[in-house]
Amino acid sequence: MSSPSWPGCVTDRRALIGGLLAVMLVRPTAATPEALEEAILDFTKGTAPQVGGVVLDIPPLVENGNTVPVSVEVESPMTEAEHVRAIGLFNERNPLPHVLTAKLGPWSGEARIGTRIRLSNTQRLVAVAAMSDGSYRFGEAQVIVTLAACVEG
Amino acid sequence: MRQLAAAALAALTLGAAPRSGFETMTPELQAMQRDDLANPGMLYVADGEALWAQEGCGSCHAVAAMRGVAARYPALDAASQTPIDLTDRIAQCREARQGKPALPPEAAPMLALAAFVAHQSRGMPLQPDAQLEGARRQGEALFRERRGQLNLSCAQCHDDNAGRKLAGSTIPEGHANGYPLYRLEWQGLGSLQRRLRNCIAGVRSEPYPPGAPEYVALEAYLAARARGLVVESPAVRP
Amino acid sequence: MARTLLRVPATVTRGEVVEIRTLIQHPMETGFRSGENGRMLSRDIIRRFTCLYNNRPVFEAELHPAIAANPYLTFTLRVDESGILAFTWEGDNGFSQTETRTLTVA
Ligand code: HEC
Ligand code: HEC
Repeated sequence: MSSPSWPGCVTDRRALIGGLLAVMLVRPTAATPEALEEAILDFTKGTAPQVGGVVLDIPPLVENGNTVPVSVEVESPMTEAEHVRAIGLFNERNPLPHVLTAKLGPWSGEARIGTRIRLSNTQRLVAVAAMSDGSYRFGEAQVIVTLAACVEG
Repeated sequence: MRQLAAAALAALTLGAAPRSGFETMTPELQAMQRDDLANPGMLYVADGEALWAQEGCGSCHAVAAMRGVAARYPALDAASQTPIDLTDRIAQCREARQGKPALPPEAAPMLALAAFVAHQSRGMPLQPDAQLEGARRQGEALFRERRGQLNLSCAQCHDDNAGRKLAGSTIPEGHANGYPLYRLEWQGLGSLQRRLRNCIAGVRSEPYPPGAPEYVALEAYLAARARGLVVESPAVRP
Repeated sequence: MARTLLRVPATVTRGEVVEIRTLIQHPMETGFRSGENGRMLSRDIIRRFTCLYNNRPVFEAELHPAIAANPYLTFTLRVDESGILAFTWEGDNGFSQTETRTLTVA
């Protein structure tokens, strides 16, 4: 998944010497929105999540998809009566739709987790929160992944 | 001759102040480098600290004496009168002074030791070794020499086009003030020589064989060219 | 033993919510990548992370190959009493490692 076979540094010398390319090359691959939806419904046991209350913080543009910082924060008082039970993070275009699922509870104090993920290319990410009342909420983000230059091999 | 050399060094510093590759990274990557718990390079520094004790480096050196050392490398080796880099020096201590078998220069233990030593100089300004004038000049010539199927010199990218985009990447000025560093592309810690090999292969040219004197010459020029920058080891780069 | 870095506040006031940050050295080989000989490298990832606070689970995460090499995880915890935090990472090829830290309520 780590940049499997990007070209070396640059392939078009003239483009470099001339205006120098300001273009962003994005690797097209087959999207798998169905797999994403399936993974989410598996997490919610078939319930459709409602949008809102889940903030997915991720840079809109990343320089290298191998390590992308991301955090998820869910609005919740995190009390015994009303809290977030779990957070699931899913992606659209990696080989697998799952990224991370985390279990939390009122003892967490806040519903906030952070990690670093791999993104094979430009895509959509979805974070789903399982609430203590049995409902599910979600938030999403779109990320543009650019290619690394001057890589090995 | 000496004077000329000094003038050349001064001229290097007269231009615009060098900008570290740190400056052109996104705020997220800058934050990753700055925060010791987020910076994955610190895992290797911790490995190096353990190795320092395990390998008996402490029997001849106080850790505090390593402060500022990396900022002066590459340096002239008094015995052989040849320029050597930090990894060469550590290898010399191990092989010649401790009589131990050589460590592969880019395998984990050597990288970790170098990262631990270099980390002791973090925040200190580079102090290129003035005795390396010959190597620096050879390095500068190599830096300006066109190479590879793309027929590009280092200078064409790192002097003439720094700040512009190449595919998705911003071309940095190409300073070597953060090595060994954690490159996200490598998903691990790597040496400056590995970085140079990537750039040489990038223009479809055959990298010099491992340990070739050309690397140390380029390193000597890069150090002079980065004068004014501080050591960032272990830096994080895309 | 894999190298870990942990950030846990040394002293905390009762009822305070603290952020705990963890980093562990691990390649997180995805199983979707080919090695030098062109053959697929088999998957080698950390699959599970748990944090126990005085033996009670307070955070659990299931990791997938999309988690970056050298996994970094942060989470929060409301601290009501002094105690011991135990962090465990488990994964493929029998990987298992536990680290502990003391939390003191001032
Ligand atoms: C037997 C004593 C001895 C041991 C053990 C030893 N060194 Fe050294 N080291 C030296 C001496 C002597 C020098 C000075 C070499 C010179 O300047 O020519 C030196 C120089 C160095 C320098 C460069 C310092 C400078 O100011 O330029 C570094 C870095 C270094 N050693 C690292 C290490 C590491 C890492 C280890 C463990 C793997 C180690 N040494 C083990 C004796 C030792
Ligand atoms: C085609 C343009 C190009 C050429 C030619 C090139 N480089 Fe680079 N170099 C880059 C790019 C782009 C990066 C940053 C790569 C990245 O972040 O993905 C880089 C990074 C570097 C870095 C790392 C900077 C840092 O902040 O860590 C150094 C050092 C470097 N180059 C030196 C050289 C040397 C020496 C040569 C000649 C042998 C050379 N480069 C040739 C494009 C080039």
